[in-house]
Amino acid sequence: MGGLQIILRLAWRNLWRNHRRTLIMLAAIVVGVWAMIFMTALMRGMVDDMVKDGVSVLPGHVQIHHSAFRDDPTISNVIAPPDGALLEVLGRPEIVGWATRVRVPAVISSERDTRGVTLVGIEPDRERGISFVADDVTEGRFLESRDDRGLVVGRKLVEKLETGLGKRVVIMSQDQENEIADRGFRIVGIFDSKLAQYEEGYVFGGESAIQDLLGVGDAVSEVAILGHDYRDVDGLLSMVAGAAGSDVEVLPWYELDSYLGSMLAVMDGFVVVWIVVVFLAISFGLINTLVMAVFERVREIGLMLALGMTPRNILSQIVAEAVLLLVIGLAIGNLAAWASIEPLKGGIDVSIVGEGMEYFGAASVLYPALYLKDVVLANVIVIVLGFLASLSPAWRASRYDPIRAITKV
Amino acid sequence: MKSVRCIDLCKTYRQGEVEVIGLDHVNLELEEGGFVCLSAPSGGGKTTLLNAIGGLDTPDSGEIWLTGDRIDNLKKSELAKLRLHQIGFVFQAYNLIPVLTARENVEFVMEVQGVPAEVRRQRSLEILEEVGLAGLGDRRPAQMSGGQQQRVAVARAIVSQPALVLADEPTANLDSQTAEHLMELFVELNEHHQTTFVIATHDQRVMGYARRVIRMLDGRIVGDDRREAA
Repeated sequence: MGGLQIILRLAWRNLWRNHRRTLIMLAAIVVGVWAMIFMTALMRGMVDDMVKDGVSVLPGHVQIHHSAFRDDPTISNVIAPPDGALLEVLGRPEIVGWATRVRVPAVISSERDTRGVTLVGIEPDRERGISFVADDVTEGRFLESRDDRGLVVGRKLVEKLETGLGKRVVIMSQDQENEIADRGFRIVGIFDSKLAQYEEGYVFGGESAIQDLLGVGDAVSEVAILGHDYRDVDGLLSMVAGAAGSDVEVLPWYELDSYLGSMLAVMDGFVVVWIVVVFLAISFGLINTLVMAVFERVREIGLMLALGMTPRNILSQIVAEAVLLLVIGLAIGNLAAWASIEPLKGGIDVSIVGEGMEYFGAASVLYPALYLKDVVLANVIVIVLGFLASLSPAWRASRYDPIRAITKV
Repeated sequence: MKSVRCIDLCKTYRQGEVEVIGLDHVNLELEEGGFVCLSAPSGGGKTTLLNAIGGLDTPDSGEIWLTGDRIDNLKKSELAKLRLHQIGFVFQAYNLIPVLTARENVEFVMEVQGVPAEVRRQRSLEILEEVGLAGLGDRRPAQMSGGQQQRVAVARAIVSQPALVLADEPTANLDSQTAEHLMELFVELNEHHQTTFVIATHDQRVMGYARRVIRMLDGRIVGDDRREAA
């Protein structure tokens, strides 16, 4: 394009012709971009936390089950513990940890009350690395071995059952013969969870002890596997699925916990909507600024057309003005967002305003998560939509008749 | 060789409800290197003719030829290219781009033409010196007097050596002494560069500098005086 340099020079100087107006518009863009990125980081942080907590509670990143287990999670649908090729895969560096579990619906009774729970038999050593239970035991002790005959119970359940550490409770479930299987256990540990439903609904025992209770030998309900990043489990999934064989079901966390999975997808959509909505608010100011700038310069535009600038040159000049304004606004807005997120990375205590958040899986401390993809998305949306918004005033300016424009009073 | 030929040009335009005849069967030939004044009272058609010759306006009928090429049937983009490369303009007012310095204003046309920066700079400094503005190249229009601004506009009009310079009432906003200096500059540049100058005016003093005065009335040519400049 002929005269690109002069177009950019004119755009830049015209931008600063009315300092006050440009600075006000710039401030609006900066605040808008900051709000886009900062709020997105808070929302991402919240969802991240929910997913990480959700994944760390039990699902892991990938699980192996009997193909009927998800529809009928009883002791009838168990699988053999890992061996051969699967065991070799589970030892690879892509896998942070794995554990087998026996998981069945059960009833727990104290001398005061009875509750329906999910009874989970675990391998304590393996479970330590992949789920929350070991770290969250706040009273008593965690299970010591697969043969441990004690139970670890959530604090809320303890309160509901009006029982306590060292007290005996009775666990009742069905064995593989569909007969009642029950046994008394002593509560050896009490755990606290960020997620209230786990405190009330899960009871943990030694895997071997639970297998004995249910009469399933060494069969397990699931193998939970933890990779390095919950956002990138497809490779892990295919690797494990290849080794596990076709007679079992291998699923990623987002299918195991569809609430969390869909939340992540909804979040992606919400980020786009949020950025577009903020931009729309900015765009009114941007268009107004450009219309005013063009209106003030009708005669100059006429002069430039008369001297031989093409309508395309004029259009480019106005668009360049908008893009320069947006680029400056984006640069400062990005910097402001980063500068305000960085000091908050240690977490924001939202317990005062967020009481009850734990009931839907959110923690009371919010850790903002600034992702490059969100920053890129915000910047691309602002530039692309800003470019489109500037086309209307720029096109009008380029259509001026030079004679009429020069003589406009 | 003829610089400009107009054959039977007609142009009407509307002013509110009224249809006004801008050009009424105008036939005209201008020689290369000429110094011509178009003289008419207000609304007589001089600006309309100037705009048509300059490719800023198209006639309803008739033909316009510039240095051997017909231009009345060109597209808008082709006319823009023609104006950029072959015609220099000096308008009555709002002649300069306020955000550019005097030198940048002079370089403007060359820059759009794609002339290299060093060549532009050298030519613009030379021409600014020629119009008596040496040392004022870095001033913005707002820092210059009306006469100085018109000189910059003249420098811009001739710097890329166009075939034709069109000036529409170039002295209208100037005091008499500044107007006189500007006209002397026009004559000097016309003689030095052999560029054809066509000046629309109704100022008798301006006409005194012309070697040919074409008089118009109601869109028609009513007089064509060839004479020696004063």
